[in-house]
Amino acid sequence: MSDILTTTVIVATIASGIRLATPFLLASLGEAIGQRSGVLNLGVDGVMLLGAFCSYYVVLETENIWLGVLTGIATGLIMGLFYAIITVPLRAEQGVSGIGIYLFGLGMSDLLFQKLVGTPLPIDQFEEWPVPVLSEIPIVGEMLFQHTPMVYIAFLLVPVVAFIINRTTFGLSVRAVGESPESADSLGVSVGKVRFATIMAGNSLAGLAGAALAIELGIFQQNLTNAMGFIAIALVYFGAWRAPGVMAGSLLFGMIGAIVLQAKTLGLIPRAWSDIAAMAPAIITILALIIVANRFRQPAALTKPYVRGD
Amino acid sequence: MKKMSLKKLAIAAATAASLSVTAPSYADGMKVAIIAPSASNDLAFTQSIVDAVNTLKDEYKLEVAITDGTFIVDDAAAAIRSYAKEGYDVVIAHGSQYGGSLKEIAPDFPDTAFTWGTSADTFGLPNVSAYEAKSNQGGYVMGAMAGAMTKSNVIGVVGPIEVGDAKLYVDGFVDGAKANNADAQVNVNYIGSFGDVALSAEAGKAHIANGADVMSGTAQMVVGAVGAARSADVAWFGTQANQTKLGKKIVVASQVYKWEVVLRTIFDNAKAGKLGGDQHEITLENGGLVIEFNDKYPLDPAARAAGDAAIAGIIDGSIKLSH
Amino acid sequence: MRNYFIGAAIAVASVGAALALGAIMLLALGANPIAGYQTMFSAAFGSAEGLAHTAVKAIPLMLVGVGICIAFRANVINIGGEGQMVVGGLFATSTALAIPGAPAVIMLPAILIAGMIGGAFWGAIPGALKAHYNVSEILSTIMLNIVAVQLMNFLLRGPLIDPGEIERGTRIPQTARLPESADLPMLSESLNLHSGILIALVAAILAWVLLWRTGIGFRLRSVGLNPAAARYAGMPVKRNIIIAMTLSGAMSGLAGAILVFGSESHRMVTDGSSMGFTGSAGFNGIVVALFGALHPLWTIPSSFLFGGMLVGAHSLQRVAQVPSALVIALNGLIVVFVVSTEWHRKRLQNKPPKVKDNADNAASIDGAQA
Repeated sequence: MSDILTTTVIVATIASGIRLATPFLLASLGEAIGQRSGVLNLGVDGVMLLGAFCSYYVVLETENIWLGVLTGIATGLIMGLFYAIITVPLRAEQGVSGIGIYLFGLGMSDLLFQKLVGTPLPIDQFEEWPVPVLSEIPIVGEMLFQHTPMVYIAFLLVPVVAFIINRTTFGLSVRAVGESPESADSLGVSVGKVRFATIMAGNSLAGLAGAALAIELGIFQQNLTNAMGFIAIALVYFGAWRAPGVMAGSLLFGMIGAIVLQAKTLGLIPRAWSDIAAMAPAIITILALIIVANRFRQPAALTKPYVRGD
Repeated sequence: MKKMSLKKLAIAAATAASLSVTAPSYADGMKVAIIAPSASNDLAFTQSIVDAVNTLKDEYKLEVAITDGTFIVDDAAAAIRSYAKEGYDVVIAHGSQYGGSLKEIAPDFPDTAFTWGTSADTFGLPNVSAYEAKSNQGGYVMGAMAGAMTKSNVIGVVGPIEVGDAKLYVDGFVDGAKANNADAQVNVNYIGSFGDVALSAEAGKAHIANGADVMSGTAQMVVGAVGAARSADVAWFGTQANQTKLGKKIVVASQVYKWEVVLRTIFDNAKAGKLGGDQHEITLENGGLVIEFNDKYPLDPAARAAGDAAIAGIIDGSIKLSH
Repeated sequence: MRNYFIGAAIAVASVGAALALGAIMLLALGANPIAGYQTMFSAAFGSAEGLAHTAVKAIPLMLVGVGICIAFRANVINIGGEGQMVVGGLFATSTALAIPGAPAVIMLPAILIAGMIGGAFWGAIPGALKAHYNVSEILSTIMLNIVAVQLMNFLLRGPLIDPGEIERGTRIPQTARLPESADLPMLSESLNLHSGILIALVAAILAWVLLWRTGIGFRLRSVGLNPAAARYAGMPVKRNIIIAMTLSGAMSGLAGAILVFGSESHRMVTDGSSMGFTGSAGFNGIVVALFGALHPLWTIPSSFLFGGMLVGAHSLQRVAQVPSALVIALNGLIVVFVVSTEWHRKRLQNKPPKVKDNADNAASIDGAQA
């Protein structure tokens, strides 16, 4: 047993956890931005799927990975515009319209894949970009600094998002709109404009998450995300709507997944019990939600369309 | 009174319809339906049967209908029933999870030939035949080559759920590797899903992180693990269909299912009025299993020799497999 | 009256818009949209057989939809239909395997009740978590969906597996053929229509009675409309949240049980995913309930419509080689269009806009606790 848990295995497991956390982190950062302004988007998974397919298709046709990444973002922006129109001026119930977006993305990505590609043809994948100097550090370097660019982008976005939300005027408006749209409105902040911006930014991150996934895997398949987007939403609550919290949640989820996978690979979990082990991330998230829900309060205006007092 | 006559009419119409079913004229060819769980071009399980039927299309003047992507078992059951009702001569239920439904449906259509796989169980019904691939044979051959190739002595295998065809292949692969390289450690990870590509990719990466320099895997979600092998330049052995397309530089060889070998027998039997009751299998010996090599892969001659020896040994019976 | 007419017109128009977009998609896929819709319609509703098939497809949608009506009316967003169906199916299956010799008169009620208990249990957990720990039910239900799938995989590969599968070494994750006394009685053998549809219809009617003709229903709806006022009136808000989730889960659990015992194979099988068992009815049921304006009785025609779309999609796939995924996308569009017009419809009908009362779930608890 002890010789199984070598440094190599531990390092590999942590690196795998970070990799697994990446799409969750991108998607949940995006969702957090939207929720801070009072908009819940249950359609993340659908947007991820569309972003994944579109970027996959572009890479397949052009063999240009970064064009694929941009396509993922663009797909997210378009879906974001769509969702913003539904939820802001049209004031649709957010929980449910999100399910509509999810179903649309699920069906549409599958439909497009079957009609345009069909066979799961491989595409170019990200290559690892070892960070100069840092990647040379023993153990830590291998764990943290020998990843694909998308991993760095996702984790660098954490301080960026935190800064924008906490330290900029725009961030102030976002928080105001999420807590009390009436007072934000009375102070001259355009609730609609702020929400359009956050929804589109959030969705573009969901699209990016999809692109990151498809290009990391080098393949697309029906329902590629396997409900990752829904977990990303849960991680936003887990992270108490704060970027570092969301990162902690994504990492926890990724790490548990990696540990279970590694333990299965090494035969530490009997095959009959592997399904039970696979429940671990979900159960731990629920337990964590219980703790978080009592300590932190969600944005007061979350899921409430803003109707200016008549 | 009027109601009564309408009902009678309906019954008459129904009998007429079923009569036309009972008297198929094979001179004009046959109507064949396939029901399969994943996409027709999945480069894996479903594609193997679709390709086989298409191969025989002209020879048998087949009219082919395909309902693919039917991972919902009850939808598959509905499709099986409706094809039988519509008078298809041979209904192929291509998925071991469809057996439970077929067992209930087949007795209602005694004049339709049903065949299903992969399985050896015909439920004692005269109109059901079963087919399976001795995928452990090819698995053994691949394992033998993998055992000869590995330098790290770690080999990784990614499977879906430990059942049927997947289990057979993986068991054969492990045996082959062990037989050719007693020091080799074969790590098998059944990820618990036929569809989770991302998980299969990460399972592949876990193998690579543990030092695996040769990998294999089976079922349609395996494209994820192939991707992991591709980005780490780790050799890959495929099965069910020729997977060279998935990684031209890393796929060494694929065990390809040529179901046409058993389908010929099944179609001929159906023409002769024998609708089932028998089991069929594709093997290396009967040409139903073929090991297709990727010419572009610089395969070590010693590994190739181990593979050829395994093929020869299985065919002449000197290598005994556990299943 | 005139306002109702406008409201109905907007509802129809929003579906029309979704179908128009679907037509454009069909065109893009190289299929004639009119012929395509015609194919779908006639496959689903054009023959006794098609209607029977549509009815069978409508059963889980109707039951989940009715459960959604109960939850949403109490302002609880239940996204856990998938998991509740799975657990309901597992409870019912285990019950049938435990009492194989029981005659149908005992067996049938036993499995249906077991299914309801299973689903109710899986629904009560997020209800209690929301009521007592302030955990958003949207999240806990999503997580419990994942847990339920793994539970199903574990049980069907282990404790509940068909012993024959172990003997033959094939190990297909499925139970043995369940006792024949547990087969849902057939309404029409030739049309393959089983009595699950009657159970679903009865459930829909009972749910309507519950919501609009009983004290419990009144309290549920009051809590949903205005939790602060309900609390002020002395209604136990927390308990009502749990009741709503429990009842909602029970409906989904019943759907799961009917899926097993009305299936062709008369066993529970898993392909490792929840969709493989539920056919996504846990999600599509939400669509059905919304389209039925969250009214249990309107959910009935709504479930037939969407069940018909599923049936139609299969024939569209066969006839025009249009992947049935089109219908999933179309369902999504319909939801979006219906929900987007709801607020305006309500306003035109001179009712207080729902969104205003529809104070957020978690916030409402805050209010209740304040």
